[in-house]
Amino acid sequence: MSSDASASSTPAERAHELSLADAYEAINEADDPRWAYGTGFADPLAGVDTRLPAGVDGADLAAYCLMLGDDALIMSHRLQEWCARAPELEEEVALANVALDLLGQARLLLSRAGAAEGAGRDEDAFAFLREPGEFRNVRLAEAENGDFGQETARLLIFSTWRLALLDRLAGSRDPVLAAVAAKGVKEVAYHRDYAAGWVVRLGDGTPYSRLRVIEGLAAVWPDVAELFVPHEVESRLAEAGVGVDPATLREEFDAVIHHVLTTATLTVPAAAPPVENRTGRGRDGVHTAALTRLLAEMQSVARADRGARW
Amino acid sequence: MGGRAGRSGGEMVSAREVARAVPDPELPMLSLADLGILRAVEETGGGGVVVTITPTYSGCPAIGAIRADLSAALRAAGYAEVEVRTLLAPAWTTDWITEEGRRKLAEAGIAPPGPAPARPAGPVPLTLGPVRRLVACPLCGSGDTEEVSRFGATACKDLWRCRVCQEPFEHVKEL
Repeated sequence: MSSDASASSTPAERAHELSLADAYEAINEADDPRWAYGTGFADPLAGVDTRLPAGVDGADLAAYCLMLGDDALIMSHRLQEWCARAPELEEEVALANVALDLLGQARLLLSRAGAAEGAGRDEDAFAFLREPGEFRNVRLAEAENGDFGQETARLLIFSTWRLALLDRLAGSRDPVLAAVAAKGVKEVAYHRDYAAGWVVRLGDGTPYSRLRVIEGLAAVWPDVAELFVPHEVESRLAEAGVGVDPATLREEFDAVIHHVLTTATLTVPAAAPPVENRTGRGRDGVHTAALTRLLAEMQSVARADRGARW
Repeated sequence: MGGRAGRSGGEMVSAREVARAVPDPELPMLSLADLGILRAVEETGGGGVVVTITPTYSGCPAIGAIRADLSAALRAAGYAEVEVRTLLAPAWTTDWITEEGRRKLAEAGIAPPGPAPARPAGPVPLTLGPVRRLVACPLCGSGDTEEVSRFGATACKDLWRCRVCQEPFEHVKEL
């Protein structure tokens, strides 16, 4: 649906037409009937001009929105699994709040993916009706939960990386992505402060708390290298001024992680094996069994009773 | 709505006035105008209204209720066609909460937000260590308070405690 849909107007006209008011005017428009597992978004962009920024392929933009949306969706689900399991009520509330922010980001990104794809899929179809091999999230997000020390380590890595990414994406030529990113920067900055605070508290705490976060860091560190290797879609969209090349995030990521770990009297784990030596990446749809199990639970109700409404 | 909506002596209340008075579902002491999420209220003629709102947080679960409440209030006031649009940019900030809204929050025992932190040039700065914000206790007025948790019962609030009157209280996070 990409290029021919906008062939009749100039790039300047198209940019003007893609105002956010237009792009978002129908979000949440259809309150009823609602899909039982979903959100009230019957078609978030119904009746809206969903043409693409000049020179951008719709399939690429859809794939890119799924990457960033799946990162948020899957990480959100792992954080939701802490409900009724966190060490203290305050931390349970905190992790649930972080999960809620990420779920909100995921909903907007998956909806944008559906509009860019132009095949009639909405956020619920993407979240609940895709197979594991169709998900594009990084493997860091899907790994099984460990203990609280490991979760704080993962959240520090995830939020440091995502914050750097969203901060650059706020300058995207796609006004929808730019708006979602600018909003997300404020939220993820808060998540990063929270996670960094806990890593320092645990690392510079008791011998036992220190051991928990050291082992937690070691457990998640092998998934770090993958975060910075661009998929070809990411490279093309970065070239087009719409996406971000994740390789450009490494310097900021390393500086923040070094600062936090030094403050926590910890050291950065040894470098993980290069990504090239591993068997595929999450961005290619190559996942671990952990994602299959996660989706089996997350999608079970939606798949058991497809199209149910309330 | 407190009876402000609807026809009064046969005269129609303006759509803007109706929309402004709709209470926030999670902070019902605040109107949507107090909260600063109303961007525009346009009467399109023939009983039509287009309301534009900006959500507080990406995942704010109240946004659906806000849309429904806006539609119901405007329809009750005699506007037949109500469209609620969402505008994400520029992103909402707590700086948009009005003075009146801040007063109502404090009256309800919720500490209002201070000024949202200014963003310096360069990467988003990391905040490590204890929070040094001055948050006055909304119950006794003391400034001798401490943060208990960076997150609270809703996305927009965190938890504090007053060292003087010993009461815990909520505070609207600066965003």
